[in-house]
Amino acid sequence: MARRTVLLALAAGLAAVSAIWMLQGLPSGPARGFVLGLRAERLAGLVLVGASTGIATILFQTVAANRVLTPQIMGFDALYILLQTLLVAALGIAGFAALPVWAKFAGEVGVMALLSSLLFGALLGQGTRDIPRMILTGVILGVMFRALNAFIGRVLDPNEFAVVQQASFASFSKLDATLLPAGLVLTLVGGISAARMAGRLDVLALGRDSAISLGLRQGRFVPMVLALVAIMTSVATALVGPITFFGLIVAGLTHGMMRSARHADLLPAAALIAAITLVLGQLGFERLMGQAGFLSVGIEFAGGLFFLFLLIRGRIR
Amino acid sequence: MRLVPAGLAVLALLACASLTVGAASVSILDATRDPRAALILMESRLPRTLAVILTGAALAVAGVVLQALVRNRFVGPETTGTAESAALGLLAVSVWAPASPIWAKMVAASLAAMAGTALFVAVIRRIPVREVMLVPIAGLVLSGVIGSVATFVGWQTDLLQYVNAWLMAGEFSGVLAGRYELLWVAAAAAGLAWFAADRFAILGLGEGVATGLGLSPGGVMRLGLAVVAVVTAMVVTTVGMIPFVGLVVPNIVARVMGDNLRASIPAVAVLGAVLLLACDLLGRLVRFPYEIPVGTILGVVGAMIFLWLLYRRPAHG
Repeated sequence: MARRTVLLALAAGLAAVSAIWMLQGLPSGPARGFVLGLRAERLAGLVLVGASTGIATILFQTVAANRVLTPQIMGFDALYILLQTLLVAALGIAGFAALPVWAKFAGEVGVMALLSSLLFGALLGQGTRDIPRMILTGVILGVMFRALNAFIGRVLDPNEFAVVQQASFASFSKLDATLLPAGLVLTLVGGISAARMAGRLDVLALGRDSAISLGLRQGRFVPMVLALVAIMTSVATALVGPITFFGLIVAGLTHGMMRSARHADLLPAAALIAAITLVLGQLGFERLMGQAGFLSVGIEFAGGLFFLFLLIRGRIR
Repeated sequence: MRLVPAGLAVLALLACASLTVGAASVSILDATRDPRAALILMESRLPRTLAVILTGAALAVAGVVLQALVRNRFVGPETTGTAESAALGLLAVSVWAPASPIWAKMVAASLAAMAGTALFVAVIRRIPVREVMLVPIAGLVLSGVIGSVATFVGWQTDLLQYVNAWLMAGEFSGVLAGRYELLWVAAAAAGLAWFAADRFAILGLGEGVATGLGLSPGGVMRLGLAVVAVVTAMVVTTVGMIPFVGLVVPNIVARVMGDNLRASIPAVAVLGAVLLLACDLLGRLVRFPYEIPVGTILGVVGAMIFLWLLYRRPAHG
C-alpha cells in the first residue's frame, strides 16, 4: 500500500500549499473578505489547470505508447486557439457575444474533441514506431496552426480581432474566471471517465497487439481517449493559455514518484502533482519574487532543459 | 537542370511586380517625369524589394551551410536557437552599453548567435547519429529555452517590446532606404559561403572523411557557424524572424541537384529569394492596401512544404 501512502501524502501536500496560498500575508480589516475571494478563485483555476493537464498528459502518453509526447508538444493547444479564432470569424462579434459563455465553451470543446480524435487518431492509431517523426510532425503542425491563427487574425476586421485577442489572452496572472464553472464540470466529468477507464488503459499500455488480443476494441477506444485528452487540454488552454512543457514535467515527476504502471495510481498522482507544482510555482513567482506573469516562462525554461536532458540521455525513442 | 536561369527569370518578374505594388497609387513607369513617383520608387519600393531578395537568398544559403555542418536536412537557422541567441546578445549590449555604435551591437548579436549555434552543435553531438529526427527537435526545444531567457531578461529590463519585435513574425513593411542596408552584410556573408562551398560539401561527408582529405574540420566548422550567425543576426535585427526559408529551400534544391554545394548554392540563393518575394507579394495583396507579415504567410506555406518533405522521404533520411 506504499502507493496509497504516496497519494495521501500528495493530497496532504496540496492541502498545505493551498492553505499557504490562501493565508500568506493576509490583510486584516474589511479587505480580508475580498482578498480571500480573489485568492480562492485563482486557486481553483490553478488546481483545475493542473488536474486537467496531468490527466490529459498521462492519457495521451498511454495512447502514444511513449513517455515524452504530450498533447501540448503535439499542437493540441494551438489547435484550440485556432478554433476559437475561426469561431469568431464565422459568427461575427454579435453572434460570438450573444452565445452564453458555457455554450460557447462546450461547443469549442466538442469540435476540438472531434477534430483532434480524427487528426491525431489517424497519426497515432496505426501503432507507428517512428516517434521522433511524430514529435516533429506535431511541432510543425503547432507552428502551422499558430501561423494560420495569426493569418486569420490579420484578415479579420479590427473589432473582431479585439474580441479574439480578449478571448485568447489568458495567462497565470490573468486567469479567465468566467470559464471556471464550465471548466470544473468538464474536468470532473473527464476525470471520472478517465478513472472508470483505468483498467482498459492498463491493457492499452501493454501495446497495440497485446491489447487487441486481450479483447480491447482498440479502434473505438483510442479515439475516445483522444477526445478526452482534447477536452482536458481545451480546459487548461482556455483558462491560462498554452504552456508547452508543463505536461512533460508533470509526467516525468509522476513516473519518478509512483514507479507504477497502473492508471488507478498514475491518474490521481499526476493530477495532484500538477496542481501542487502550479500553486507552488505561482506562489514563488508572485509572492516571493514579486513577478506575477512569469510562471509560464519559468516552466518553459525548466521543461525545455528537462526535455533536452531526456534527449541526450537517450530516453526519447 | 536549368534551375538558376529559370529561377532568375521568375525572380525578375516578381521583382517587377513588387515594384508596382504598394499603398501609394502612383505609376512607377512615370518615375522619370514625376518626382513623387521617383521618390516612392527610390525610398520605399526598391529598398523593400532588394531587402526581401537579399534576406531570402542569404537565409537559404545559411540554411544549406548549417545543414552541411550538422549533417541533417531537417534544420534551419530559425530552428536552432540562432535567432534567439542573437536577440539575447543584442539585449545584453542594449543593457550594458546602450550608447555603443551600431556596428558594435551587430558584432555582439553575431557573436551571441554564433555561441548559440555552437551550443546547438555541442548538444546534437551527444545524440545518436542515426536519430535523424531528434536533431531538429533538439533545436526547436533549445530555441524555446533561449527564447524564454531572452523574454525574462527583456521583461526585467523593460525591453520586452524590442525582444518581441525581433522574435515575432518578420515583416518588410517598415523597410525604407537607410533602414535595410545591414542586409547587404548578410548577403556578403552568404557570398563568402559560396567561395568556401567545397569545404562545406566535404565536411558534410563527415569529419573523418574531411580530415582524410586534408581539411581541418574545426576551422571549416567555425567559418560555417560564422556565416550562419552573421546572416541570422542581421536578418533578425533588421526585419525579425523569417521562418522556414533556410529549412525548406535547401531541401527542394537538393532533391533536384544533389549535394554538390559549389553548383547548388546559387540555385539555393535564387530559390530562397523567389520564395520569400512571392510570399511577401502574397502578404501585400491578400488584404490590399493592408499587409500581412511575410513571416505569417511563410509559417503556413513553409509548414506545409516541410510536412510534405517529412513524409515524402524515407525515415532514414
